[in-house]
Amino acid sequence: MYAQMVDTGTKRLKTLEEMSPEERDFQEKIDAETKIEPKNWMPDAYRKTLVRQISQHAHSEIVGMLPEGNWVTRAPTLKRKLQLMAKIQDEAGHGLYLYSAMETLGADRDEEVQKLHDGRAKYSSIFNYPTLNWADMGAVGWLVDGAAIVNQVVLQRTSYGPYSRAMVRICKEESFHQRQGYQILLDMMREGTQEQKDMVQDAINRLWWPALMMFGPHDDESPNSQQSMVWKIKRKSNDELRQMFIDQTIPQLEFLGCTVPDPDLKWNEERGHYDFGEINWKEFYDVLKGNGPCNHERISTRRKAIDEGAWVREAAVAYAAKQKQRAAKAA
Amino acid sequence: MTQQEALQEYLLRMADSGMILAQRLSELVGKAPALEEELASSNVALDLIGQARNWYEYAAELIDDGRDADKLVFLRDAHDYRNLLMVEQPNDDYAVTMARQFFFDVWHYFTLKALVNAKDERIANIAAKAVKEATYHLRRSSEWVKRMGDGTEESHRRIQDAFNLLWRFTGELITPDDIDHAMFEAGIGPDPQQLKQDWFGMVREVAAQATLAVGEEDAWMYMGGKTGEHTEHLGHILAVMQFLPRAYPDATTW
Repeated sequence: MYAQMVDTGTKRLKTLEEMSPEERDFQEKIDAETKIEPKNWMPDAYRKTLVRQISQHAHSEIVGMLPEGNWVTRAPTLKRKLQLMAKIQDEAGHGLYLYSAMETLGADRDEEVQKLHDGRAKYSSIFNYPTLNWADMGAVGWLVDGAAIVNQVVLQRTSYGPYSRAMVRICKEESFHQRQGYQILLDMMREGTQEQKDMVQDAINRLWWPALMMFGPHDDESPNSQQSMVWKIKRKSNDELRQMFIDQTIPQLEFLGCTVPDPDLKWNEERGHYDFGEINWKEFYDVLKGNGPCNHERISTRRKAIDEGAWVREAAVAYAAKQKQRAAKAA
Repeated sequence: MTQQEALQEYLLRMADSGMILAQRLSELVGKAPALEEELASSNVALDLIGQARNWYEYAAELIDDGRDADKLVFLRDAHDYRNLLMVEQPNDDYAVTMARQFFFDVWHYFTLKALVNAKDERIANIAAKAVKEATYHLRRSSEWVKRMGDGTEESHRRIQDAFNLLWRFTGELITPDDIDHAMFEAGIGPDPQQLKQDWFGMVREVAAQATLAVGEEDAWMYMGGKTGEHTEHLGHILAVMQFLPRAYPDATTW
């Protein structure tokens, strides 16, 4: 998931009558659920919005490696080390296909990564929270991948073909990660010591609200959502997705024998949904603005990796050029 | 030392060398110089941990004192570790990471190639799978050594420095001790003379293509990892890697 606030660059929605013939043809395709492919005509704002959304999504996969990387050197068994490393590797892979999907829109990976490093591009706020105990590796899988899946399952039907196909593959892997994460927590709750059970509850306490924030602001605070819905880049609203996530997660929480830090959480028979308390929106916007616990560390780690690796990439380019020259000479 | 004790020691050397190198690689997660390298580096680490687990499981059966593979990894102190000193050296820049990988991969590949024909069927089977992975590892690290060596002026300087820095740990890869001789005589381990020749042959060939100089064969060599005398680094590696099982000794499941 992980695209929380994507600017569409539009002030209001156009009616079909106001559209140019090309725009109308485009919108009719979308309305008929025909996928838009890279070579098709598309409005500039649609292209820009998608680049923003897909790059945010890709950046989130990449930055998202760091909170888990924080524990990969300390995974407590061989099995858990292999699982965690493979999960992080999948995230790097997701980043790669998302950047590729983004490049079909004419954007450039290096330029978009530069925007991330300059603070001009966003990534999901969740990765600005620290991972403080081993149970976070379970809770991240269960809650963070869980929230991502709720969003991404819907995005499998998104209107842009390459993005939609990337989502199908990513969803499969993330469902696996989510089950694996839940299993880490379940094993500790069932067979763990009191200290391990306390770790699990502590991880949930810290990650619950940030996980709910992953769905973005309330619908009425999300001015760009409407255009994205018409373009079918987005298919369900932030609040709808958040509610779906809560409804499916609370029974799993109860099965674990844990709680969430929300005194207002209770089943509402009439609505057929869980009611829940208000998110701390000040914290949400603070983290988006760069004032979360780990914003600084996450970006500086990524920047350092890419900056300090510049000579490695340059060497590969120089070597390839020399090889090509030699092959040309030999021919 | 009985034949079985020698075999246990030998298995721990294989297991620990892969494990500690993978642990070093896991420190790089999220920090590789390119996204493609994140994937490649994790692949190598995952292969090495998988192989190590196979070696540990066999070792644990022979040792037969109730310890399983996890206990061997997470509850032995540095002096009981039998890994090569090379693999515990810090990542430093990517040239050092890659030179370390290359020197190790050449050794690993030729060792596994011999172990495929071990008279011990269990070892032959583990090696048969591992050698396929090691072939890929060696191809990758050789390619990087060539790219760096014959890339830019800066990359050449860095990889040459890395070769010079790590040269003193190469002797341990190819200097046999009693256990290596015993394993060869038992029809398990590689012929030490042949291993040394193959290792130098490959290292010199790749270095020549990479326009790099290699050290002298008779240079002073730092050794001891195979018998449990390590550099200062291993203690720190274990302090991180073993933190949870050590801090929560009552936990029986994770």
